[in-house]
Amino acid sequence: MATGAQTNRIKWWFQRLRVPDLVDSRLWVMGAAILIVLYLAGVPLGMLFWGSLKVGNPAEASPLTLQNFVKAYSDPRSFTLLANSIIYAAGTCVFSLGLGTTMAFIIERTNTPLKSLFTAMALVPLIIPGVLHTISWILLLSPRIGALNNVLMSAFGLAEAPFDVYGMGGMIWVEGLHLSPLVFVLMAAAFRSMDPALEEAALTSGANHPITFWRVTFRLSLPASAAAMLLMFIRGLESFEVPALIGLRGGVNVFTSRIWLALKEFPPDYGLAAAFAVGLLMISVLGILIYNRVTSRSEQFATVTGKGYRPHIIDLGNWRYLTGLIFVLYFFFLVGLPLFILLWASLNPSYTAPGLDKIDRLTLENYTFVLNMARARTAFKNSLFLSITSGVLVMLVTAIISWITVKTKWPGRTALDVVTFLPITIPGIVLGVSLIWVYLILPIPIYGTVWILLLAYITRYMPYGIRTNSAAMVQIHRELEEASYASGGTWLQTFRRVTLPLLKPGLISGFIYIVVVSFRELSSSILLYSSRSIVLSILIFDLWDSGQFPIVSALSVMMIGILILIVVAARQVGGYFGVRTE
Amino acid sequence: MIAAENLVKAFNTRKGNPVRAVDGVSFQVPEGKFFTLLGPSGCGKTTTLRMIAGLERPEDGEIFINGDEVFSSKKDVFVPPYLRDIGMVFQSYAIWPHMTVFENVAFPLTVGKRKCGKKELKERVNKALAIVQMDGLHDRPAPHLSGGQQQRLALARALVCEPKVLLLDEPLSNLDAKLREQMRIELRELQRTLQLTTIYVTHDQAEALSMSSIVAVMSQGRLIQVGKPREIYEDPANQFTADFIGTTNFISGKVVGDPAEDGARLVETPHGHLLCYVPDYMRDGAPVLISIRPQNVLISRDKTAEARNVFHGKLRVAVFLGEYVDCQVEVGNEILRAHMHSRLKIRRGEDVFVHLPRELCTVVPDEKVPESMGV
Repeated sequence: MATGAQTNRIKWWFQRLRVPDLVDSRLWVMGAAILIVLYLAGVPLGMLFWGSLKVGNPAEASPLTLQNFVKAYSDPRSFTLLANSIIYAAGTCVFSLGLGTTMAFIIERTNTPLKSLFTAMALVPLIIPGVLHTISWILLLSPRIGALNNVLMSAFGLAEAPFDVYGMGGMIWVEGLHLSPLVFVLMAAAFRSMDPALEEAALTSGANHPITFWRVTFRLSLPASAAAMLLMFIRGLESFEVPALIGLRGGVNVFTSRIWLALKEFPPDYGLAAAFAVGLLMISVLGILIYNRVTSRSEQFATVTGKGYRPHIIDLGNWRYLTGLIFVLYFFFLVGLPLFILLWASLNPSYTAPGLDKIDRLTLENYTFVLNMARARTAFKNSLFLSITSGVLVMLVTAIISWITVKTKWPGRTALDVVTFLPITIPGIVLGVSLIWVYLILPIPIYGTVWILLLAYITRYMPYGIRTNSAAMVQIHRELEEASYASGGTWLQTFRRVTLPLLKPGLISGFIYIVVVSFRELSSSILLYSSRSIVLSILIFDLWDSGQFPIVSALSVMMIGILILIVVAARQVGGYFGVRTE
Repeated sequence: MIAAENLVKAFNTRKGNPVRAVDGVSFQVPEGKFFTLLGPSGCGKTTTLRMIAGLERPEDGEIFINGDEVFSSKKDVFVPPYLRDIGMVFQSYAIWPHMTVFENVAFPLTVGKRKCGKKELKERVNKALAIVQMDGLHDRPAPHLSGGQQQRLALARALVCEPKVLLLDEPLSNLDAKLREQMRIELRELQRTLQLTTIYVTHDQAEALSMSSIVAVMSQGRLIQVGKPREIYEDPANQFTADFIGTTNFISGKVVGDPAEDGARLVETPHGHLLCYVPDYMRDGAPVLISIRPQNVLISRDKTAEARNVFHGKLRVAVFLGEYVDCQVEVGNEILRAHMHSRLKIRRGEDVFVHLPRELCTVVPDEKVPESMGV
């Protein structure tokens, strides 16, 4: 009898343990995900505002004061700073938009030769890190060592260099060129999803091609253009590489480079940096708010139906060779020249401008040097670890968050979605400042380790994760999960064995994207790294600062090689899981 | 008048080998007639229409609109769509979402050679909107229209220039059934009143039969029968037409000759001989299909006085549909579909006689069996 009672007791406990609310770890898993997101997005911003009101070393007590803001914004140079930031961002935006849209129209809507090749190549420039693009253009357009300048000077017997990259014009050229492939991708999608009958209706109404373009195609692409424009403006505002490497030397200060300066000087002025960061954040948030309004309104323009249209192709006749030539030139400036100059510099023992007479000087010793450099190996290991770990973590956490925001009717789910998306408004350098404040104050000893970088990357790329995962989650019919519950599956089992596998294509493509962007992250890492936690992009930035161009170039070529390898490998793996690589 | 001569259009497939979407199509649409291209999806009917509009350039052939040569491969003539005197309605309506109702209709009058003054423009737009019963909606943004209204708007835009030729690409396929029937009648009335030479593309046989003066049946890029709706339905010239339009039974057989009193010939089938009116061009011995529609198959419990064309069978399935009983009768090892009058209360499993009246049997060539092989 005793044993019987005992068995019953065990049974009872066993049943207790299986009470869904307790062990069916739904609440635990979701609670953890929500806490992580709130912590990552909320704490740094709160700390930033608080820090901007303090003076002195963050760890020390200080009265709250507006002194930093007074110092930051009462300075007459602050107006120049603001004006420079706006001019730079606007110029970048206009240039990249014009370039990218023209290329997208040529590729999507005309019979330019070799289109499919160009379409495939259009993704290549997206891989090249901003820091490499920037230094390659300095090597091309610097008034002293610039290869293009040298070539033009000797060709036309000029006494002075025709181009000077160190100025507003140079900055806009370099950043705009760098952002144009993104515009290309956005606008190509917009042109592709437009119902060609809308244009054909104009043609059969008696409008010729130019009138049709002006009164129909162009007007219909306005919402997409406006969205792309705002996005480019924000990207220009947030960009760090060009302002730091070109702007500072040319005396053109913008918000991002000014923040960096405040922390680089000795002693670093954390409060002042925070005050500038708050200003940049405000402009950026405003931009995103307008962006959201524009895109939500453009959805009412029911031109984007998701149908696979066969677009209306304009026959350019013999002009198509001209557009083909334009495209070749575009790629020459975007990829060809920068890669060539990096390759050339990497093969020279000391930097000289390219020339046929110097070919016998070429050597691989820079590469050997890099391979034997302890810092490079540390940086490579850190970059690889950080990019893969942040890719995995971001996609997993946002998968759970997207389940909550898409599949449940919980109160506050919209707020959760907004919070997860919030970091998109935080420029990298602002996030860097915020995290310094958080971990100099909180007793969590990760300042100066790779872990603080990991937190920064996860925070920065959470918005991309939630966007990919929500889009994929919406596609999964509720009944697929309900069938699992009906078969006796718990929430965790269902999530692991039904939901996640169905999300796989989205998960993998999001993962690839995050790996690539974290591998080249610079603007928040620059404020958070130490000699132990150095990453590849920082190492390049650092070596460049100390003037070792050939070594930098060798490292750059290797970094591009690694990135291409990552993307190719990921595409192979992705193809296996049914990811459509667009 | 519209004339198309030997139109050819090829598209490259993914693998690179070109497929002829339209393969030697010729037809003429007399002035003021309603001409319908009917066929399943992918048969090339829309491509043919788009070539008439100038939205696709044929590889070969000639196109005339109102006597003007708008395309000729030999003379290398290609008049672009905006210079052809046409109005077109698209399947998706293609209403410009960034314009109001008025601006959509006014567009053709503000571009190209059809430009006109402000006052005239207003009058003509109002007239076009009145024709399609859309007056009073001028300032409505186009995306705020119902499907039926968008359809009318697209029609008004196509008509505002008073073109001689109207091209319609499945304009009713996005409407619900009831609205579609109403629009069918309105569209046809409008075409009659305005005396528009019209080409209409559809895959819906009821639309084609009810609206057209001439129906052209298309299959795999070719026109396989052109005729009045009644001819197409009652006298299909081939298996595809008989099968695609309406429901029909096919009985395979072989012409064995033996001309009967009224010119009918005997066809040997697996179930016995049938007396049918075999077209003259078919020789004795030719493999044929006899097509007979279910409503023409007569079922009776007792043997009728008719001696010819009666088979013995068994009623397998009978589904009561109110107006008639949809039956499946097993004859030999084949199933014949028949519509039985509701009053006739024959139950499944009963033996029946089926009578296939000779004047309702259509004989078409059996394309699957090459003639030389015989049966």
